[in-house]
Order: sequence, then C-alpha cells, then structure tokens
Amino acid sequence: MKKVLLTLLVTLPVAAWSASASNWPMEEFEGDLQNLPSLQNGFKLYANYCLGCHGLQFQRYERTADDLGIPHDLAMKNLVFTDQKIGDLMTTSMPKEASKAWFGAAPPDLTMVTRVREPDWVYNYLKTFYVDENRPLGVNNKVFANVGMPNVLLDLQGVQREVCTDGVCDQLVLEAGTGAMTAAEFDSAIYDLTNFLYYVSEPARLERQRTGVFVLLFLIILGSFTYLLNREYWKDIEH
Amino acid sequence: MDKSETQSTDSGLASAMEWIDKRFPASETFEYHMSRYYAPKNFNFWYYFGFLAMFVLVNQLVTGVWLTMNYVPSGDGAFASVEYIMRDVEYGWLMRYLHSTGASFFFVVVYLHMYRALRYGSYRGPRELLWLIGMAIFIALMAEGFFGYLLPWGNMSYWGAQVIVSLFGAIPYIGPDLMEWIRGDFLMSETTLNRFFALHVVALPLVLCILIFVHIVALHHVGSNNPDGIEIKKDKDENGVPRDGIPFHPYYTVHDIHAMVVFLFIFCAVVFFAPEMGGYFLEKPNFEMADPLKTPDHIAPVWYYTPFYAMLRAATFPLFGLSAKFWGFVVMIGAIVIPAALPWLDRSPVKSMRYKGSISRMMLTLFVISFLILGYLGTQAPSKAGTIAAQVCTAIYFAYFILMPWYTRVETTQPEPERVTV
Repeated sequence: MKKVLLTLLVTLPVAAWSASASNWPMEEFEGDLQNLPSLQNGFKLYANYCLGCHGLQFQRYERTADDLGIPHDLAMKNLVFTDQKIGDLMTTSMPKEASKAWFGAAPPDLTMVTRVREPDWVYNYLKTFYVDENRPLGVNNKVFANVGMPNVLLDLQGVQREVCTDGVCDQLVLEAGTGAMTAAEFDSAIYDLTNFLYYVSEPARLERQRTGVFVLLFLIILGSFTYLLNREYWKDIEH
Repeated sequence: MDKSETQSTDSGLASAMEWIDKRFPASETFEYHMSRYYAPKNFNFWYYFGFLAMFVLVNQLVTGVWLTMNYVPSGDGAFASVEYIMRDVEYGWLMRYLHSTGASFFFVVVYLHMYRALRYGSYRGPRELLWLIGMAIFIALMAEGFFGYLLPWGNMSYWGAQVIVSLFGAIPYIGPDLMEWIRGDFLMSETTLNRFFALHVVALPLVLCILIFVHIVALHHVGSNNPDGIEIKKDKDENGVPRDGIPFHPYYTVHDIHAMVVFLFIFCAVVFFAPEMGGYFLEKPNFEMADPLKTPDHIAPVWYYTPFYAMLRAATFPLFGLSAKFWGFVVMIGAIVIPAALPWLDRSPVKSMRYKGSISRMMLTLFVISFLILGYLGTQAPSKAGTIAAQVCTAIYFAYFILMPWYTRVETTQPEPERVTV
C-alpha cells in the first residue's frame, strides 16, 4: 500500500503539468529574480513595447522600481510615459471596447500571465511569431495559434518564416539582417522580458523564499528542544 | 522543587487562582480536560491528527481574520483585493498562503484523523456520538472549503462553484428553483459571492467551533480509544485512575507540541517554497479573474473534493427515469454521509485492526487505495478508461461499508489483550 501511495504522490504533479501543452517543442525558461539588470531591462522593454496595450493593473510602479533597484526619479523619467504617479498601478490607457474592435479581443492584463500559463509559455510565445499572409495582421504564432496580437517586436527580431517539409511545419527561420538585434540578443531580450513578467506575477516570491529559509531553520532548532522536552517527560513512562 | 517552597513563592498566584475558582471552575476544568484526563499511554503516530486539526483551525481563524481586513467581497473588487493583499499589504502574501495552504492541510489532517478511526475502530461504542459529531464537522468543513473557494473570484472559483451548484439542478421538480435560491441570482454573481462570504467568515466558522467543542466534550466523557481498541477505563487502580492511562497534561501536551513543530516544518516548506503545490493547492486558472463567458478547459474541484467528484462522474447512466446527473449527485452525497453509519455496520467482536481478521484488513486497504485513485481521477479530464476505473473504485468504496456487517462477523479475529500493548 505504501508503494501505491508513493507512486501516486510522484506521478500526480507530472500529470497536472502536462495538461496545457501545445505541439510546439518548448524551450525551457528558468527565471532568475536575483538578476536585477535582467529585470530592469525587462521592465524597460515592457514599458516600451507592451504597456501601451497590456496593463499590469495589480502592480505599482513604486513597488516595481524599489524591488528592481531603480531610483524613483529615473523610473518616472524613463519608464512612466503617462501622467501617472510613482504610487499608481501600472494600468494601460488603451480603451477596452475599442481595442476589442481592433484586434478581435481586448489585450489581456498580464500581471499574472506567468501564473495562469507557465513562464516557459510566455518565453516561447514571444519568440515564435512568423509571417502568415492569411491572418488579418500578417502574422501568426506557433504557441498561440491564430492569436489576435500583432508582432510588436518585429523590428527587434526581424522577419521570421515558417519552413515546411512534407506538410509538417515545425521550423521557423529568421531572415538575416531584417531585425535590429541578432538572434542571441533577441533571445536575451525575451529572457529579460519574461523574467520581468515572472517577477510581476508574484513580487513577494524572493522575500517568501528568503523568509522560508529562516522559518525552517528556526523550526529545526525549536523542534530539537521540543523533542528533548518530550523525551524528558516520557522517560519515566513505560512505553 | 518541594511543595512548601512552591507555596511560598507562588502564594500570590495561588490566592488569585483561589479567587477565580470560587467564581469560575478554572482549575476544575483544567483538571477535567487536561491534567486529570487520563489518555491511554499507547497512542501512536495516528493520534496526532486530532490535535493538528485544531491547530490548523486556529491558523485558519487567525489568518482568515487578517485576510478579511483587506478583502473586498464584491464582483469588481474581490479578485483585485486578493492581489492587493498579495502585493500591497505587509505580509499579506504570508497570510494568504498560510490560509490557502492551511485549507489543503486541514483536509490532509482530517482525512488522516478519520483513517485512524477506521484503523482502530474509534467509531465503535461508546463513541458513536463522538463519531457522528465528527462526521458533522467533516461535512461542515467541506461546506466551509467550498464557500471559501469562491471568494478569490478567480475563474476556477467561479466555474467550480457553478458546477457544484448546478448539481442541485439535477434534483427532480425543485432542482432549478433550488439552484436559483442557492445562487440568489440566475447565474453565479456578486450576490452569490456576498452570501458565500457571509457563510464562510461567520456562519460556518461558528458552526465548526461549536461542533469541535462538542466533539471534545464527548471525547473527554467517553475517553480516548487506542491502537489496541480496548477500554482502559475497565481496569482502574485504587484511586480510580486507569492503570493504562496517563494524564493528558503534561504527557500528551509535550507530545503534541513536538508533533506541531514537525507538522509546521512540512507546512511551512509548502507555504514558503511551493504554495501553488503544482497547481493542486492553487489552481492555475484561478490567477485569472472570474469570467462568465470563458470556461476553463478543464474544470476540476480542489484536490480534497476530487474523490467525491470522481464518484459523481462515475454515474453515467439514467435509472428509473431520472438523469445520470441526478444519480451522480446521489452517489456523491451517499459517499460523503455513509461513514456515519459505521458504528452500526461494524459487527466485529474487536475494535482494532490489530485483532481483526484478514478480510477487514484487505477491505480497509482496498478502500484507501480506491479513495486515492478516485482522488486522482477527479483531477483529470473525463476519459473512457478513467470512468471505468472510477466505477470500479466507487463500487469498492461502497462495498467497504455495505459488506461490513457480513465480513466483520465471518472472519476469524484474534483475542484482544487485557492491557494495552506498548
């Protein structure tokens, strides 16, 4: 019976994760919240390329700037493009109804996109836009088929085309020299952007883990005392 | 320290205690329930979970109070207020994760607590009422969890609650009206959220606390069972103290305190390092706000309801002109309440699994395995093989109870010992 229990415990989490997979072979993404330059660059990219349409309606500029080590005046000058204040939520000014008419669906808020989907999903999604003349905006996506979003990072990445062999289109090829970044630079930029969204999804994550280490250490010390206390009392009981 | 010394140093305290005792039975109550409550000295691992359940309850009450301070029970505000707690409230994330993880751990310890009763026959006379009160606590706890799960107003909260409430719609004649009455609206809405909030933070905690109080009063009246399933009160010394009993305080208080720290270690490991528990404690679609127009790909209740949910889905055919959905509802309710009949189903001359026969042991093992498999199946999208497996496991689940009067009588049992074995 113990074996069955163990098998179940081991297989359960795996079963849950395999649910939301697409056919595209996903590259792995490992977030790094200690890497402040990466997060800062991600914030910059987000403010410049994403925030116009996708709000982060539960997250404040101030908290983000503080956590990412960005002085407030620098953040106000370079990252806040509206008349918002440092303590404001990072909402978008794009009208919801109008954007629905423009794109077919209102651009979703992305505060918790890496928790609703996996960070891997976001990372791969941002890298797999390709030219598709059949779509209204001329682009399609490998991870999110027939997505309504235009390829806003086209200038950085360059033109990416699908390559099909025997009717199976499982490769994307970049046209060299069409983007402002090299492939490696673009990968790194997308890493930073995803890392930033990973941070925004749960800004307390680092603090949680740091606190957790101390809590568990404290419990080990407390536990050794409660163990000794228990032993002291029970030593005269025959058991 | 000898007695005279204690008296001289503590005389102020002693006279204060005397003053109180004349007006309120403080010492008497403490003695009755703690220092002169004699518990069997052979408690083992399985006897920690009652105390741990109380500990988790306290955690839920305390963190719940703090969450309520910043939570907004409205359709527009609920989801945002949870994120406000997670981001802008000092240690709000901690309160929230302690509460959400506590909910799951509540069921972990309660299921283990109930398993202990099955293993050692703790539901048998004279503890039938104790068991029934416990069953009432279990059902109240399920309701409490269900109402609480709607409050974050995430998409899984919304659709999960929608699925469960719609089950009532399968009841003939009154179903649709009953559903509307529960929701207070034609669909899940802010009205539903408001009433679930009231039930979750006021009504059910009150019911739970009263039931748990009564549970302990009943326990201390009949005395605790033990792994041998024999009554220690049958063998008392000249002072009327059971020979195999030891005072609950200090012996089991120090025991339980240590168990609490070990429990906290595991609990905090989850709270601080895996609060989502791979999507089982906090489901992914719940990080998206409730949307009546967007059904999640796969609606599954939280893991602690999935065994019963799997049994609900196992009913796939209509019967007597009533829909399969209705029978699924009947099977689910039946599965939840049937353990209440245990004191009258178990006809074995012995209580504990230690002395019961091989059929009882096999049935209990099969029961536990099928419960775990059902729990797993309930998390998965329905499939043909899954449904058949769920039907087999449901049959085993009910067979454990329904066949009990038979198999506990025909099997050969071993004689119980006179005194507890340590």
